[in-house]
Amino acid sequence: MSDLNTTAPGETHVKATPILEVVNLVKRYRAVEAVAGISFAIPPGICFGLLGPNGAGKTTAMEVIEGIIAPTSGEILFKGARKTASFRDEVGIQFQHTSLLEFLSVRDTLVIFRNLYREVESLEYLVELCNLQEIMEHRNNRISGGQAQRLMLALALLNKPTLLFLDEPSTGLDPQARRHLWEIVRSIKAQGKTVVLTTHSMDEAEYLCDEIAIMDHGKIIARGSPAELVRRHCNGTIISLPRERLTMPLSQLPLPAREVNGLLEITVERIDLGLETLLGLKIDLSEMIVHSPDLEDVFLNLTGRKLRE
Amino acid sequence: MSWKRIWTMFKARNYEFFRDTAAFGWNFLFPFLIIAGFAIAFGGRDFSALKVGIFPSPGEQVDFRHSNLPEKFIKTEHLVFIGFPDLEAGLVKLKHHQIDFLVRQDSPTPQYWQLASSPKGYLAERLFESSFVPDNHGFGSKKTVAGAEIRYLDWLFPGVLGMNMMFSALWGVGYVIVRYRKNGALKRLKVTPLTAFEYLTAQALSRIFLLTFTLIVVFIGADLLFSFRMAGSHLDLLIVFVLGGLSLTSIGLLVASRGTSEDFTSGALNFISWPMMFLSEVWFSLEGAPQWVKSFAELLPLTHLLRAARKIMNDGATLAQVSSECLVLIGVTLVCLIAGAALFSWNE
Repeated sequence: MSDLNTTAPGETHVKATPILEVVNLVKRYRAVEAVAGISFAIPPGICFGLLGPNGAGKTTAMEVIEGIIAPTSGEILFKGARKTASFRDEVGIQFQHTSLLEFLSVRDTLVIFRNLYREVESLEYLVELCNLQEIMEHRNNRISGGQAQRLMLALALLNKPTLLFLDEPSTGLDPQARRHLWEIVRSIKAQGKTVVLTTHSMDEAEYLCDEIAIMDHGKIIARGSPAELVRRHCNGTIISLPRERLTMPLSQLPLPAREVNGLLEITVERIDLGLETLLGLKIDLSEMIVHSPDLEDVFLNLTGRKLRE
Repeated sequence: MSWKRIWTMFKARNYEFFRDTAAFGWNFLFPFLIIAGFAIAFGGRDFSALKVGIFPSPGEQVDFRHSNLPEKFIKTEHLVFIGFPDLEAGLVKLKHHQIDFLVRQDSPTPQYWQLASSPKGYLAERLFESSFVPDNHGFGSKKTVAGAEIRYLDWLFPGVLGMNMMFSALWGVGYVIVRYRKNGALKRLKVTPLTAFEYLTAQALSRIFLLTFTLIVVFIGADLLFSFRMAGSHLDLLIVFVLGGLSLTSIGLLVASRGTSEDFTSGALNFISWPMMFLSEVWFSLEGAPQWVKSFAELLPLTHLLRAARKIMNDGATLAQVSSECLVLIGVTLVCLIAGAALFSWNE
């Protein structure tokens, strides 16, 4: 997999000067290598996702790139050059865990952060985009988790960033708020901004990202668009059954299969032939689920583990 | 450096202070309570007087009508007589230093008890012994010092103001910064164009503004209630307190420059503030203390702040006459601010 940690020469989507380029980035904490030499380049205007389970090193990688923590080694280039002080003026960041000054209202917070930048977005636009109208006079210590996430996103967008970092942006949100956040991210991307997000949610990555780097144990183990990754690492269709429906030993099943969390996952090239084989073996298919492979299956195929394990 | 960003963070911190009603109220209430408490406690009683236990006595109020004690002793000024029913009750109080001396009043010959280690007991004994000897008025000349006396409260008042300033500066800056570092609020600020120097400058200026505001309100309020002596210039006093506030704030910034442990910060701030509270002459003078204690006290900025404030308030000194104290405060400020800015970390 080591070849995946470098930018392959001649890749079509990196022909333009990348807005962000990470070269052999390492972050080590004593004996622990949280980021183990990752490299990638992100062309402008796309949504790039770092996908991986908790503890994969996504947030550490992100914070090193953002300049929050210093790298052990490696290089980070912004618009083809080393980062300068202007980097902070040009990027927007939403952290996974952060807090705000407790006794300020949402309005105060937006105004105060706005005054820290030279070029700023219209407050009315951000309030409407992030749906903050009803909480503008609420104090930061009295807003819900979802409202805080929306405020954090508005803060990240205050300075009209060309590059936006979102670290697990939908963590803790209910499905409706999550969907709303996704729509906001899509509208931001539609304005030509580049978005880099970390997530452990494959549906979020699939919905939002043009390109994904899958991380595990501090390394990038696969990279490409969601469709490319599925195509490259998964074949056919997956039939899932409760394990107990199979009365014979797994090794005697004439189809490629594996057991994952009490479920039997059978991969078939053609669904009709696969079903015919299973019916021929008199296997009870009443609780069968048929689905196309997704990023979860990509991760499973690459690591033998599920993303959420 | 951007003054706009400094002004923004200055305002943000001030909003926080004024909206945190509990902390805001306590900042004003605390010094009032201390001064009022001392005014009540010291109002009618002299705590430097010697406490003499007398037995037998049916109540605390001693009835000397049938006493065998010399009248000269009974009429000695600055002695407080406390009655006890018997020797046992008196000895309990004596052993706990709650009285300095214990005398039996119905004995034909003098009978008294004292603790060997008690200096006040020793003095009481000497007074008791001398009361059996006739007065000798010819051994020297007595002159009474004229002019306005400085009450203990007048001496204490600058100490209470300084102590309040110290706690507010150390905890209001040090503890708050560590809390914001721990919960990630500083990390959020780090990714803006705000620099560490701008942030720290804003914090220091905000704290000075708040300290000055608090100081003026407390000074006016306490002065209306207790009419404190103010021999010098109010402006000079304000300048001294601003310099003192800056030095204490910069110590708070230095302590908070790194780390995310509130427990450690609290311990460090206690470690700094407690010696200042006891050795910087907030409550009592260090006259007569060992030289090494006095030398150590000279290292503490609160010592210089209070000395300058008392010189101005009690003795009418000018700013020029407290310039050495002011220079020490400026020096502490510069050293701690520079070190704090150099060591400052936004995140864990």
